[in-house]
Amino acid sequence: MIYCQFMEATGAEIVVRCLAEEGVEFVFGYPGGAVLNIYDEIFKQNKFKHVLVRHEQAAVHAADAYARATGRVGVALVTSGPGVTNAVTGIATAYMDSIPIVVVTGQVPTPAIGLDAFQEVDTVGITRPCVKHNFLVKDVKDLATTMKKAFIIASTGRPGPVVVDVPKDVTAHLTTFEYPATVEMRSYNPVVKGHSGQLKRAVQMLLEAKRPMIYAGGGVVLGDASAQLTELTRLLGFPVTNTLMGLGGYPATDKQNLGMLGMHGTYEANMAMQHCDVLLAVGARFDDRVIGNPAHFAREQRRIIHVDIDPSSISKRVKVDVPIVGDVQNVLTDMLALLKQAKEKPEAAALNAWWTQIELWRSKNCLKYNQSSSIIKPQYVVEKLWEVTKGDAYITSDVGQHQMWAAQYYKFDKPRRWINSGGLGTMGVGLPYAMGVQLAHPDAQVACITGESSIQMCIQELSTCKQYRIPIKVVTLNNRYMGMVRQWQEFFYGSRYAESYMESLPDFVKLAEAYGHIGMRIDKPEDVEAALKEAFSPALKERLVFMDFQTDQTENVFPMVEGGKGLSEMILAEEL
Amino acid sequence: MRHIISLLMENEAGALSRVAGLFSARAYNIESLTVAPTEDATLSRMTIVTTGSEEIIEQITKQLNKLVDVIKVMDLTEGSHIERELMLVKVKAVGLGREEMKRTADIFRGRIIDVTDATYTIELTGTGSKLDAFLEAIDPALIIETVRTGASGIGRGERSLKV
Repeated sequence: MIYCQFMEATGAEIVVRCLAEEGVEFVFGYPGGAVLNIYDEIFKQNKFKHVLVRHEQAAVHAADAYARATGRVGVALVTSGPGVTNAVTGIATAYMDSIPIVVVTGQVPTPAIGLDAFQEVDTVGITRPCVKHNFLVKDVKDLATTMKKAFIIASTGRPGPVVVDVPKDVTAHLTTFEYPATVEMRSYNPVVKGHSGQLKRAVQMLLEAKRPMIYAGGGVVLGDASAQLTELTRLLGFPVTNTLMGLGGYPATDKQNLGMLGMHGTYEANMAMQHCDVLLAVGARFDDRVIGNPAHFAREQRRIIHVDIDPSSISKRVKVDVPIVGDVQNVLTDMLALLKQAKEKPEAAALNAWWTQIELWRSKNCLKYNQSSSIIKPQYVVEKLWEVTKGDAYITSDVGQHQMWAAQYYKFDKPRRWINSGGLGTMGVGLPYAMGVQLAHPDAQVACITGESSIQMCIQELSTCKQYRIPIKVVTLNNRYMGMVRQWQEFFYGSRYAESYMESLPDFVKLAEAYGHIGMRIDKPEDVEAALKEAFSPALKERLVFMDFQTDQTENVFPMVEGGKGLSEMILAEEL
Repeated sequence: MRHIISLLMENEAGALSRVAGLFSARAYNIESLTVAPTEDATLSRMTIVTTGSEEIIEQITKQLNKLVDVIKVMDLTEGSHIERELMLVKVKAVGLGREEMKRTADIFRGRIIDVTDATYTIELTGTGSKLDAFLEAIDPALIIETVRTGASGIGRGERSLKV
């Protein structure tokens, strides 16, 4: 081991110094009794900036978004007890989407553990099912090594959140500070390189394909493999689809991209998935929102190549023919090298016929909607946002209909631009996500596409945005309903809208103003573009603008694959 | 199908709860689970007896391997192996039945390790089915209590699970 530093330090100093050694830029947190020693050390340093949120959930979301937007490890710091329980939603959200974050939690002093002390919870126990790993540090001598392990585990292999629980007495104890450059863990060795024999089989299979399809997930974004995926897809001339988590992994405006697949995927992407003869799945996990009913999916014969860093994601819901465990960037690079050496090429006639079929599916124009001159269509707002921002903004979203419209109508050409809670589906992430992204990229355009229900789940963060002058643009598609709940109730519950109507909504313009921001209310379709242009104008570059778009209450998200149905059994807008 | 999964993991606080939590969170069956440190005190060896389809067993092995503290996982049932379980049975032993009970214990190579005027405590080792057979062989009304450890397993011959 190589040691960078030798000096006596308290546990609190060690935590802070470790974060500085890791090159952490921002720590999102909220102080409390158990972490006061750590906060005192934060006060004395200037290596990283602490961002004071208004609720611990937002601290973890912001750290998570920072990680998504930069590829670096996000860091949050919370106190024991309620600080931890508030953080759990954020941790679980990051876990489901495999986001590398380290959450440092305060704990009651070691002698008080287990005695139901004030603000005590079993942090390691509560977080265990929703972390990649967690630690309780009982001895200050283990603290620096544990912090190093936390950063290694969070950021390597399949990434994920790691919790380091530090009792208050440990933050006061003294020891020699030695920050290891690395730590060997005999039990932790993620596979990086793909198996060469499997790679050869996969390439052969791709070259023999008559109706090929590439299905790329969040792993391509997390593994920084967009360039390799794009090169491979273009070299082969195959169609490609991105999952909700994979948007931006392959340019959305490119002709070979069939758009998002899944429950609200495009007709052409879902049909091509169902009817292809060779499927290359990269960094994706065939989840229920993506392929629908696995038995229905298996009805069509196809050979599947599955590339993923996590062996347990392979053959979990769908049996595959060629599993390749490894880092997607490495595997795709190796695959490209083999393809370039290969003498054979994919059969042009078969590929042309396949593209003809796909264009026929695409000609259904499944994302078409009826524009209105009297009422704002939510899809229209997203389309205009894409135009006004020239497709170059970072977009965060909350969860529901607006999230699906954002995914369908904002065409992401670059990775790490689309920040949303795909796995856990956590309402309330949008605003804290936008904070994390804007802090990471201070000069970028950052918009949070949200709904009037989701935004209220973390609305207190408007105060954080004021404190740190975070100039995000909030695009609220306000239909006075929990839109996705309403949609399901309309389709599957005889239009009995149980508790899905948001009554007594605040005046969002006044609310934004009360927090010291700019509020706008937009009622008419003809005002949409002007409002967006004003919000993104240089004059308001430094300001948070909260746009409250009053949208069509009855608009639904199409296409839709009903839960439990097959991927090709879509409901299209025109059929209703 | 019944499978015996053996694993080596870091002997750290909470290690058992990570494994037990994984099984309950993913709704896998646990028939029995035994754990104790090995000759190397930093390592724990665990034997888990579980049931499930081939797909589920494959997932169980992969998910166990994914736990950061787990060093090695082996499905013993994939090859030839030995399993043993220890059982302690306290039975009523009075009158004519007292001699009969001793004979039955002898047949199963059990040992009587505690005696009172009215009871025997019998120690038995073997596979789970042998222990079941003993319990079936004696009059259930005579059983006062039974304690079983759950199976421990090891590969035959050269087959081993080592760091």
